[in-house]
Amino acid sequence: MWLRYCPRFMIIRRQHIELSTSAQFVQQLNTSRRDRSHSYYDGVYHGHIQTTPFQKALLAVGSGVAALQDPYRHDMVAVLGETTGHLALVSLRDRMRNDPEGLTILTERPRIRLSTLDLKNMASLPDGSFGREYLRFLEDNSVTPDSRTQVRFVDDEELAYVMLRYREVHDLMHTLLGMPTNMLGEVVVKWFEAAQTGLPMCALGAVLGPLRLNARRLQSLFTSLGPWALRNGRRGRCVLSIFYERRWDQNLEDLRQELHIEPPPATLHPSRKT
Amino acid sequence: MAASVRTFVRSLSRKNACFAAVLRQSDCRWFTGAAEDRSTHFGFETVSEAEKASKVYKVFENVAQKYDVMNDAMSLGIHRLWKDALLHVMHPQPGARLLDVAGGTGDIAFRFLDYIRSQQEKQQRRAMSLGQTPSWRDISDGYPAGGGAPESAVVVCDINKEMLKVGRQRADSRGVTTGLSWVVGDAEELPFNDDQFDLYSIAFGIRNVTRIDQALKEALRVLKPGGRFLCLEFSKVTNPVLERLYDAYSFQVIPVLGEVIAGDWKSYQYLVESIRKFPDQEEFKGLMEDAGFFCVQYFNLTGGVVALHSGFKL
Repeated sequence: MWLRYCPRFMIIRRQHIELSTSAQFVQQLNTSRRDRSHSYYDGVYHGHIQTTPFQKALLAVGSGVAALQDPYRHDMVAVLGETTGHLALVSLRDRMRNDPEGLTILTERPRIRLSTLDLKNMASLPDGSFGREYLRFLEDNSVTPDSRTQVRFVDDEELAYVMLRYREVHDLMHTLLGMPTNMLGEVVVKWFEAAQTGLPMCALGAVLGPLRLNARRLQSLFTSLGPWALRNGRRGRCVLSIFYERRWDQNLEDLRQELHIEPPPATLHPSRKT
Repeated sequence: MAASVRTFVRSLSRKNACFAAVLRQSDCRWFTGAAEDRSTHFGFETVSEAEKASKVYKVFENVAQKYDVMNDAMSLGIHRLWKDALLHVMHPQPGARLLDVAGGTGDIAFRFLDYIRSQQEKQQRRAMSLGQTPSWRDISDGYPAGGGAPESAVVVCDINKEMLKVGRQRADSRGVTTGLSWVVGDAEELPFNDDQFDLYSIAFGIRNVTRIDQALKEALRVLKPGGRFLCLEFSKVTNPVLERLYDAYSFQVIPVLGEVIAGDWKSYQYLVESIRKFPDQEEFKGLMEDAGFFCVQYFNLTGGVVALHSGFKL
């Protein structure tokens, strides 16, 4: 219906997207057939496992219990997110489609991993630029962008990419918000993501995360950091729609202004872990 | 001239007979081509025989640490009853030697040792109750040396080192020191001489073997004459209602349990598929008889979910 009001180039763009996504889909199917060892298990994308709604429900409950019992089981948190996040993923994907930059991301499907990042180039960027701050964040907190779990239980391959993009953009969230990877920083980022994306897994993490904080951090969470995160999450532009890979040399403050994110009310230090 | 032709033809036919006999006796594996040419099943997937062994190895390498927890979760603890039934049918007496193949984490081996010990205690109690006052020599002979009688022993053989590692850890934690040994070996080519064991058991392992007939022939070889072969394996459910429930449970719940508890969906998907591809009770009985076992019989446990096959080498 909205096609009627679109200029010609948007219609061509849309056809191009459909062609390219179906081409990628066909390509993934072909590569999966060539890879004989997983030929039975491949669904619509590599690593996809076809599940019935009953199985998804069981997985959601089981992974929730397992994640609560052992918070270090990141794979269980990932499975919980995938099985409960369908509606949120659909709304995220629609928001991305409505944003021109988000549409580019859905078409080109960029991936953030160490092999695709030009680290030397990023290290030579000026201080205060997004790329330099991101590299500083990775070094200070000793994390790598390659540790994200594969998406397996989302049945639509475009939504699976949206989920994957959300996971890969998580570290960039930390940089944008200026939060380290200790418990308080993670909870603040979770609050921001819950307000932004509406994923049930984020909401659950946002509610249960504070249970493990001590009184002083809880106070700073509820008085300054928490409301700031929620406010910015609600009114900020959709963070998944930003093509970060092309904005490494952009100034961090400019990027924050563009996304309507205020600078953090307090600087947290990365060395202390809860 | 005719006589020489006749002898020549006769010698030719004798050679052919010998050759045919050699063909029949040997396994023909080396003669009819490599294992890559023949295909078999890996769950519902079709793979070459060479591939299946390595894929099965990888599955059990992944699940070894959580194997016992998953068994309890998937069967709701009923697997313990099945293994107890195996021991009751086996009814080993002190002095028996058991070879437990694919016995990785040692469930059957530990039960065997406990059963032998309880049999010995029963024998001692019977001897006491006969009213004879035992001499000091009889009393000292009655003390068990370690976990069981010096003669009875169980050898746990498994192709997968990870499973054996878990089994040894369990043995250490139970304090079992004697009467138990752990051997890495392939059920299709056992590293033992002929006529070694009184009992051969394989519990939930034979469906993972690439060539079942070969494993059965090896079992026949290493058993003593009069020895007993026992096989516990998932089989065809006889009741159709139970079958529907069992299928739904297997395909819907078990892979989810595998993902949540062990973090491995695909290994448990393989498990439930491999159960469906295994021959049913009568077919397996036929395979055992073809391999050369006598008095083959089977018992259905839990409505046919598990079948216990037994045969003798005579």
